[in-house]
Amino acid sequence: MFKYLPLLWANLGRKRLRTSLTLASIVVAFLLFGLMQTLRVAMTGSPELAGIDRLITMHKTSFVQSLPLAYLNRVKGVEGVVVASSQDWFGGVYQEDRNQIAAFAVEAPTFFEVYSEYQLKPEEKQAFLQDRTAVIVGPMIAERFKWKVGDTIPMRSNIWTRKDDGGNSWPMKIAGIYQASNGDNQSMYFHYDYLNESRAEIRDMIGWVVVKVADPGRSADIARSIDDLFRNSSTETKTSTEKAFIQGFANQMGNIGKLLTFVAAAVFFTMLLVTANTMGQSIRERINEIGVMKTLGFSGAGVTFLIIAEAILVTGLGGLIGLGLAALASKGIGAAVAQFFPVLGMPPATWGIGVVLILLLGGLAAAIPCAQASRLKIVDALRKA
Amino acid sequence: MADESLVRLRGVAKDYKRGAETVHVLHALDLDIPRGDFLALMGPSGSGKSTLLNLIGGIDRPTAGSIEIAGTRTDSMTDGDLGKWRAHHVGFVFQMYNLLPVLTAERNVELPLLLTKLPAAERRKRANAALGLVGLSERAHHKPRELSGGQEQRVGIARAIVSDPTLLLCDEPTGDLDRKSGDEILDLLQALNQQQGKTIIMVTHDPHAAARAKHVLHLNKGQLSRDAAA
Repeated sequence: MFKYLPLLWANLGRKRLRTSLTLASIVVAFLLFGLMQTLRVAMTGSPELAGIDRLITMHKTSFVQSLPLAYLNRVKGVEGVVVASSQDWFGGVYQEDRNQIAAFAVEAPTFFEVYSEYQLKPEEKQAFLQDRTAVIVGPMIAERFKWKVGDTIPMRSNIWTRKDDGGNSWPMKIAGIYQASNGDNQSMYFHYDYLNESRAEIRDMIGWVVVKVADPGRSADIARSIDDLFRNSSTETKTSTEKAFIQGFANQMGNIGKLLTFVAAAVFFTMLLVTANTMGQSIRERINEIGVMKTLGFSGAGVTFLIIAEAILVTGLGGLIGLGLAALASKGIGAAVAQFFPVLGMPPATWGIGVVLILLLGGLAAAIPCAQASRLKIVDALRKA
Repeated sequence: MADESLVRLRGVAKDYKRGAETVHVLHALDLDIPRGDFLALMGPSGSGKSTLLNLIGGIDRPTAGSIEIAGTRTDSMTDGDLGKWRAHHVGFVFQMYNLLPVLTAERNVELPLLLTKLPAAERRKRANAALGLVGLSERAHHKPRELSGGQEQRVGIARAIVSDPTLLLCDEPTGDLDRKSGDEILDLLQALNQQQGKTIIMVTHDPHAAARAKHVLHLNKGQLSRDAAA
């Protein structure tokens, strides 16, 4: 295989402009593919975040509607529920509006029981639980904003105002930087009590309840039992799995994700066709050379191998560059939209799917020239000088 | 002479279909070419010279008859076997050189050796030896567009001899060259025949080129002239 590399490489330099443009279109196609995958995963609910033993109870209409705080204790009493913890959306902003942060007001003592994947040093955890203005933050935002434990940060909320001064500044003291095995490293969690006691608008209302169940196999029954508790009340609930909840949360973005995915898929497919055609044309122009190689003793299978290898060299080069750029771009975009998609980034599986697509694209580009080459009689090929 | 024949054709015919019409290019040819011969094949355009050369070289198949090269029937080989056979036994020299434009002279000459199991260093060594034999060592790293027509043809000859084939088939090797370059190529072919013992069959229109051969065969309307046959 390696002995053919100089020949394959030399063929790429045959028409440099065309090769560059072909490579560029493959790079763009795979960049789009990587971003499309990133968006698809983000829009369909970051399943990495979801625990199989967790349910979410929220307002039947939308998670934007609040629930009475009293619901929390009633949910805790449902058979099969191990622990329940409340959360509320804070709408966090740090310093500038573009620095949107996924900040949640949580029932601190139970938070670590429902989310065992969040780890803190014991002294940080103790500091967090003891101070109601304390906050724990993800390592990525801590690094991004150069925060360290002990800092007091002037968070703002684009939802809640304070009852004491009517302002929206909520100073919080960083008690710890958590490590989460589920990929969420850009969020922040602080005490619900701090929010509830200081906000001007409403009191004793929570956003939703996170429920940990003993037996995930009974999740449907437990969800029904919870919702039955509040049926026919003024605030009915809807309990679903955490994955469904996260998806619903992301769907607040409407169908933009689907639309983007569709557009990117269409562009990707079109580029595949254009690239396949260009590469096919490049090989068709070398019919005479294929005839010469066959004359020298290269078999039909050998020539087919070389054509496919050349096509895959181009698609591989372009594809890997494109995916690499997509991974970098996803990181950048992830930081910008961390409030809505705390784990936004190119899913690792994209590399695997990308490699399959690279091979498919290479195969597709080479298929027609290979078929032509295998049918080609040497004497006919030699006439095409 | 038949016992010493390197190339033996018996009743070889070749027909082509052109639409509904069948064109009879070669008619039941019998031909024996001894090992070490330098044979010039002459004839007007369309007489079947190149077709005959292609049949001997195994890049085309006869409609009828048998072709035996060094005791091996090539007309009944599979395409795969024929390819391997060509790689070992036949060197081709084309009128238009047919070098790969993206490769240097050295890489072009090395091309047939890629089909062998020789290590890279040995392939390179043999390619350079072949280039040395045609007097182009100093042009090894030049691409075809950087060479004159005569030099390109010498690279073509180096490529044809690099795997030390039994038979060298040249299709109008001087047809695209000026007289001086053509003479140099003919000198080279003669040297390969006389010093290396290569058996050469050369198709040519040019009586001046044919004069360099040991024997001349005339082909007209698909039939060999009896009195000129070797």
